[in-house]
Amino acid sequence: MRVGLFVPCYIDQMYPDVAVATLELLEGAGLKVEFPAAQTCCGQPMANTGCNDAARPLAARFLDLFDPFDYIVCPSGSCTSMVRNHFSDLVGNDPRLASIQSRTFEFCEFLHDVHPIDFSGHRFPFRVGLHQSCHGLRELRLGGDSEQMIERPDKVRSLLAQVQGLSFVELQRVDECCGFGGTFAVNERAVSVAMGEDRVQDHLEAGAEVMVASDMSCLMHLWGLISRQGSPLAVMHVAQVLAGRSPSVSVKNSIKPKAGNAL
Amino acid sequence: MATVSEHPEKAAAYIADRSRSRWHDGALWFVRSKRDRMAHSLPEWERLRSTASQIKAHTIANLPEILQQFEANAKARGVHVHWAADAQEHNEIVLEIVRKQNATRVVKSKSMLTEECHLNPHLEANGIEVIDTDLGERIVQMRGERPSHIVLPAIHIKKEEVGETFAKYLGTEPGASDPQYLTEAARQHLRSKFLEAEVGITGVNFAIAETGGFVVCTNEGNADLGASLPRVHIACMGIEKLIPRLVDLSVFVRLLARSATGQPITTYTSHFHGPRPGCELHIVLVDNGRSRIRDSDEFRSALGCIRCGACMNTCPVFRRSGGHSYDAVVPGPIGSVLSPAADTKQHRSLPYACSLCGSCTDVCPVKIPLHHQLLTWRQQIASQGLLPVSKTAAMRAGSMLFQHPRIYALAGALGRRALRWLPKSWIYNRANPWGLDRDLPEPPVESFRSWWQTNRQGTSVDEGMKSKGAKNGK
Ligand code: SF4
Repeated sequence: MRVGLFVPCYIDQMYPDVAVATLELLEGAGLKVEFPAAQTCCGQPMANTGCNDAARPLAARFLDLFDPFDYIVCPSGSCTSMVRNHFSDLVGNDPRLASIQSRTFEFCEFLHDVHPIDFSGHRFPFRVGLHQSCHGLRELRLGGDSEQMIERPDKVRSLLAQVQGLSFVELQRVDECCGFGGTFAVNERAVSVAMGEDRVQDHLEAGAEVMVASDMSCLMHLWGLISRQGSPLAVMHVAQVLAGRSPSVSVKNSIKPKAGNAL
Repeated sequence: MATVSEHPEKAAAYIADRSRSRWHDGALWFVRSKRDRMAHSLPEWERLRSTASQIKAHTIANLPEILQQFEANAKARGVHVHWAADAQEHNEIVLEIVRKQNATRVVKSKSMLTEECHLNPHLEANGIEVIDTDLGERIVQMRGERPSHIVLPAIHIKKEEVGETFAKYLGTEPGASDPQYLTEAARQHLRSKFLEAEVGITGVNFAIAETGGFVVCTNEGNADLGASLPRVHIACMGIEKLIPRLVDLSVFVRLLARSATGQPITTYTSHFHGPRPGCELHIVLVDNGRSRIRDSDEFRSALGCIRCGACMNTCPVFRRSGGHSYDAVVPGPIGSVLSPAADTKQHRSLPYACSLCGSCTDVCPVKIPLHHQLLTWRQQIASQGLLPVSKTAAMRAGSMLFQHPRIYALAGALGRRALRWLPKSWIYNRANPWGLDRDLPEPPVESFRSWWQTNRQGTSVDEGMKSKGAKNGK
């Protein structure tokens, strides 16, 4: 089974350890993982701005690069949703599209639905606030949201719940948007910042030590606010938690030496 | 034509008063939480939504026939049925009916349609006094504002401010803010207006083709007084308010109040089937751009909107930026879909006043895919050339960069270096709106692709920019 690792551009450039952690977990599960190095960006910023012409060639490149793989796994709900739900606006007539969409998975979704890993031997002795990222929640249905009266397995939470010592704090607003929203964060700066500050506040009031999410983009925005406030809250991608990183290492953005892995 | 309105600026102005923005957010979140509890109390909630969505899709598809059926049945009940192609025609029809009565005083219960058509100014310009009888609307009217929410028109006003307004216009105790006292004062004031009124105008929540009757839902009973004290009742409705059969009504009545305010049902659900003896009942059916939305494949389902306002209550942008920041008759997610349909250029910033969180889509009782329609609007706005050049140029430049992995990798490496080495003042300034309130991430020495080359392919290349300290691990 060949797994293609789809690393969002901002993770590649700013949070390489999230990709390394993802890779370690997949490899640790016995999978053969490849990173097609010619990949860049799936075109989401352009498509979300409405500039489909600018996004189209990027979607086409994605299909070329990832078609050879049995599975395509990505540590971001938002970028996975781009491929699965929005590529048809861009390359809808490409005969490969439907098949690629069905083979593309968000990382937690992949571990939950396709290739389960047992995390019960892992330890993470911290109080975790789970930030449910919107695209994972409402576009990929990685869990049930508070608006719909539909029970769905919470895929992100169920992975974290296996880890020993990890406890979840109760948030007031379980799935409120953090206000990142891609170019929204800059275009609607005032609203974006207000949303982010409220999100951080909710986690702080709940007593979280570490805010964990399945989308690093949300965490980039929230960490930006946390750091500016000087709040005592760490942020971590779910893959970093599962791969045994410690909160102090994760925020430094450096790549953790392989030797120190918990796996 | 109206000038372009920009949501980001208006939102920033509202949010600058953080305590007010927080208070507004909290008030609406309270309503949404009630809605959640109510929706939870019905095991069939999602089935109701699907049914409502299907009924509306069917209605919209067969609208001409259903409208004709409604007209015939309403006429058979002695109702005068009028058709208005646009807002102006609507206003003229209403004015003419009022004039025929030699009337000068009109009471009007809540109707977003008359708001959309700007009926009040039109009647007032023709010497007719119009009193809004919904408490929230009356407050807004006294203050010379427009509603900021379609169900809770005065949600942006604190009770202390209502006290000030009433002290000024109704002579209540200055400084009074007790809701019960203020409501009583408004009740007395409105009672006299009801008694004087010669014509009553109401909106319509649902019109039933099968019976020719229609339903008005309120919590204050003001529509009933307005429709039954004066001799003439004019009901104004958009043509999308139709439902085919009486049995369909049960689905919508259950969804409406729960979605809107978290009540099981509105206090008053009044059915009108023809005029009272010796009185007149008029219905004005208004298109005003609705046929155009019906003709569009992308936005057709937006006509199914029952104006419950749930999408506003749930929208994290609306809650924090306030309804007026949208500068549109209907604000919030559904307003950001409908307003650009009326005037794309003027409202071009609204589809971007959204983080695409999707909460509106999941809360909507008729399952309008609101956030997808907002995304579609962005595509239309971009392809109509209505985006600022700076934005389209940036997107095109990004696209070029991402089509060339080597240049992208080099640019990334340079960017990360710059972030590490440049003085803070070069990074945190006005040219970087991100950094005004947020720190930028600490840039890593090495990108993932560079790490991959070293650790998995054995070739040590840091995007052509070998740097010390970048290598770790194996
Ligand atoms: S779009 Fe849906 S949620 Fe919004 S007001 Fe209309 S019916 Fe209610």
